Amino acid sequence: MDSKEKKPLEKVCMICAKGALEDVYAALVMANGAVMEGIETHLFFTFFGLDAITKRTMNSLHTATTGNPAMRMPGGLPFPTMLGGLPGVEAAVSSMMRKQMEDLDMPPVDEFLELITAGGGKVYACKLAVDMFKLSKEDLWDDVDAVLTIGEFYELCDGDRTQIIFT
Amino acid sequence: MAVKTIAGVQVNVSDDGYLEDMDQWNEDIAKEIASGLGIELTDEHFKVLNYLREKTKEGASLSIRSVGKSGIVDVKGLYKLFPKGPLKFSSKIAGIPKPTSCI
Repeated sequence: MDSKEKKPLEKVCMICAKGALEDVYAALVMANGAVMEGIETHLFFTFFGLDAITKRTMNSLHTATTGNPAMRMPGGLPFPTMLGGLPGVEAAVSSMMRKQMEDLDMPPVDEFLELITAGGGKVYACKLAVDMFKLSKEDLWDDVDAVLTIGEFYELCDGDRTQIIFT
Repeated sequence: MAVKTIAGVQVNVSDDGYLEDMDQWNEDIAKEIASGLGIELTDEHFKVLNYLREKTKEGASLSIRSVGKSGIVDVKGLYKLFPKGPLKFSSKIAGIPKPTSCI
């Protein structure tokens, strides 16, 4: 028997628990990439990750300008933490980042989710987090497939070529 | 790189089966590559393939998003024409290089 036989991934189940721009996009890029590879894809949003599928917040996500040592000024100089704390700075930096992403053909969050669902990927919200943030199905993006308990999410993760990814 | 005979024509292909020279492509080659992927080509497919070839000649980097906005086909339609490989399979059949975009 050839032990090097390739066994391609058949299913990925992703969990996005953070609402910062970069955390959400990491999940979106990976989910969309999986759908494009023909891999069955399930994307589960919980805690602050829910911002990415909440109508009011999904297209204005922020990146943290304090507590983020990798943050740089345009040109590459370090970004002073004190500056990051000033009112409006985080919003301005985040909007600049979204603009740069758009230039690289990275779509806004709602359009990115549409790419994923157009290819058959599924998007879910975590029931516990939805209850905690006092949201209802109406507050969420229209194409959210379901609000699931973690048990129901695990039921989706069956199969021996399935991976769970936590971003 | 290897030489492979597709639809009676000798073509240069990369390790994962993409044509090295898009000018060696013709519609019969497209049909044979497609049938290997389980796809039977229709006029709708060829509209997309010709669009991909044109854009590649112009030097554009293709993404599923840009093809979806081309006016030729939307993203859902692209998945329907090329199941499980909207950009990879279509590129392979169109005789253009493997897509380099992550989106």
